[in-house]
Amino acid sequence: MEFFDQTLHELHEKLKKKEITSRSITESVLGRIRSVDGKIKAYITVADQEALGSAEAADKAMAQQGPRTPLQGIPVALKDNLCTTGVLTTCASKILGNFVPPYDATVVAKLRAEGAVFCGKANMDEFAMGSSTENSGYFTTRNPWDLDRIPGGSSGGSAAAVAAGECIAALGSDTGGSIRQPAACCGVVGLKPTYGRVSRYGLVAFASSLDQIGPITKDVRDAAIVLNAIAGRDGRDSTSADIPVPDFTKALQRDVKGLKIGIPKEYFIEGMDPEVERSVREAVKTLERLGATTVEVSLPHTGYAVATYYILATSEASSNLARYDGVKYGVRADGAKDLLDLYLKSRSRGFGAEVQRRIMLGTYALSAGYYDAYYKKGQQVRTLIKRDFDEAFKTVDIIATPTAPTAAFKIGEKSADPLQMYLSDIFTISVNLAGIPGISIPCGFTKGGLPIGLQILGRHFDEETVLRAAFAYEQATEWHKMRPKI
Amino acid sequence: MKITKQEVEHVARLARLEFPEQEQERLTDQLSKILTFMETLNGLDTTGVAPTSHVLDIRNVMRDDEPVACLTQEAALANAPDKAAGHYRVPKIIE
Repeated sequence: MEFFDQTLHELHEKLKKKEITSRSITESVLGRIRSVDGKIKAYITVADQEALGSAEAADKAMAQQGPRTPLQGIPVALKDNLCTTGVLTTCASKILGNFVPPYDATVVAKLRAEGAVFCGKANMDEFAMGSSTENSGYFTTRNPWDLDRIPGGSSGGSAAAVAAGECIAALGSDTGGSIRQPAACCGVVGLKPTYGRVSRYGLVAFASSLDQIGPITKDVRDAAIVLNAIAGRDGRDSTSADIPVPDFTKALQRDVKGLKIGIPKEYFIEGMDPEVERSVREAVKTLERLGATTVEVSLPHTGYAVATYYILATSEASSNLARYDGVKYGVRADGAKDLLDLYLKSRSRGFGAEVQRRIMLGTYALSAGYYDAYYKKGQQVRTLIKRDFDEAFKTVDIIATPTAPTAAFKIGEKSADPLQMYLSDIFTISVNLAGIPGISIPCGFTKGGLPIGLQILGRHFDEETVLRAAFAYEQATEWHKMRPKI
Repeated sequence: MKITKQEVEHVARLARLEFPEQEQERLTDQLSKILTFMETLNGLDTTGVAPTSHVLDIRNVMRDDEPVACLTQEAALANAPDKAAGHYRVPKIIE
């Protein structure tokens, strides 16, 4: 098996034994990018020179004592909404087409300190608004399992890069499912940590009360390793929680004896792809065979989650994106006759259609006379959705659901109707509203050969139980070992 | 709820966006549909339910008022589309 197809922990073991070098892994990954990224288009920026430089530095540092951290010398891709000193960070938007950050996001600084090698910046939906990467201001990423299909979104570039062997692991961000849904579409593991578990400093803000950074990896152990590296309180993000960070790899046990799994009846709905339903129900049976018990639970406000999310997320976005004005950074439109015109032209030319639509929705929801009817109402329903989970977690340890109602859809299939696109996030959105952690892991394939994702949700700051169940399931199945033929 | 083209113009002005005539009509139609969908929440009685702006129970996170390293003026201005004498430069606003 080529280096680029191996997991982070496998490569780490080989680095430890000095069987291989970071340079050889990095060259394998960069070679893979050269041979397949023309088809997949996972990257906006490939940082090959920087990557080779970091690999060399890592090899030098490892020469005596071997790797000092599990990530040292490992090529990692970053979603292009994570600020990287000196490396273009576009958020897949034309308005940031020339933005070279003068600082690192906290997660980037942490991975850098661990000795990780950054191989590039991954494509995404513009400002993380979308479920397919079709809203990227540059190009659409292709699903490595079927090039005519979307890789999911918004972290579609990160997920496709992991699936295609164009990196060993990646970081994404998840506001309404943007790590988990693309992970499901691409047959890889995607973990959205509890809100507050990981610092958001240096993550280009979309909806600040919902955004969270997390790993996209080839297996559950890799996700635990990356979470170990990026979690923790950060003085630069007042919403990062001051809660001890356990060693998440210690939670990876093969058995789930005594674990109580809730199956929410509202998540098995009409219109759901029968192949998805069958695979997820089969996965739950596997967990039962491994010693877990299942019980049906109810999350009665599930049907309101998408509407609630699109009120709150667009409102927060309209405020967060006010900063793009063509003055401080980013692209300024030519030919403005005065300052107001400069704002209007820079923003209207710089933002894509979906971003403008969401800014309009959010501005409307927050505008005088409508605030109570939309924004406040949305916040109240958010309370009810959160209470649903609090209530369910009184009787169960985790909740298992499909990650998405269907496998990856065709490029262009939903792009004409924004509302249809929004509904593809129906199973992931509530999790962000409640702030709880969730993971998507591969649990099968459709007859057409497309990956299906199982979503496991846990209590606030209980990523350990989520990881334990995910790991037990993964070790009992072979799905995570499948690689696409590109 | 159906919104009017005038409302779309008004909101666009608030958001510092401008749309060509044709686009305005399409947007009016799309926004009306999405807002109607959002109004499914009105079917839910939320009397007395406290709003959640944030899931964590934290407020007023403070730190000691100690100076720490920050960006230099040069670094902070490096991405500016136009600058002069250590400032961002914009079109003249006072005649």
